[in-house]
Amino acid sequence: MRMSDFVLRDAIIPDLKATSKEGVIREMVESLLAASAYKNGDVEEVVRAIQKREMLGSTGIGRGVAIPHTKHSSVDRLIGTIAVSRTGVAFDSLDGEPVYVFVLLVSPQDRPGDHLRALENVSRSLRDDSFVGALRRARTREEIWTLLEGGANP
Amino acid sequence: MTERTLEKKVVITNPMGFHMRPVAAFATLARQFQSDVYLRREDQRVNGKSPLDLLLLAAEQGTELTLEVSGPDAATALPALVELLTNYAADPDPEPPLPTKRH
Repeated sequence: MRMSDFVLRDAIIPDLKATSKEGVIREMVESLLAASAYKNGDVEEVVRAIQKREMLGSTGIGRGVAIPHTKHSSVDRLIGTIAVSRTGVAFDSLDGEPVYVFVLLVSPQDRPGDHLRALENVSRSLRDDSFVGALRRARTREEIWTLLEGGANP
Repeated sequence: MTERTLEKKVVITNPMGFHMRPVAAFATLARQFQSDVYLRREDQRVNGKSPLDLLLLAAEQGTELTLEVSGPDAATALPALVELLTNYAADPDPEPPLPTKRH
């Protein structure tokens, strides 16, 4: 499994406009749903679900990386998007540092295995400093997509 | 004082597996100890103080993990970490399922 198996290419955000935690979540959910088969999905409902999850503990798990996620009954397969912030965003991270790279995941209700494998895949890539550095230097959706297709440690 | 390595096998019983919330809680607790903390799954061994490393385990329900603790406070750290793994494992998923919506 690679990140390109569940990240929707057209949802990738190479330069986030949002500078707040809530703003990042909303910008990413809007982009994800617009690029997905769930164009009429309820953005606010998914945003609220992700915020509710964040209240149980931040998904900013350190090293400038966050993986906000939720389950949602309207999707029938795991989908996600990736976004890069140039300025960094305060995300209540475990290490207190700002977040620059976000991977947002929405999974079906009943596939915990898929969710765990996606998290494994995301963490394998994002613990690689050179991969994260390349993501942060990328300027376009295409550049990021090429990196995701290659995966970490090519 | 001799440093001991203590080990304990733990089986993940949570239907959602060892997902991000327990992973974050585990790493946060592990960091409170001086001891080195590792979790092993078969021949895979990851740093218990790093959430990104712990997520590599992708441990589903029923997976057996071996907790390995070594250092001056290992005797205190081991039971605390086992308790966290076991309690989270018994905890039902508190994320409320969303109502099914038809569009």
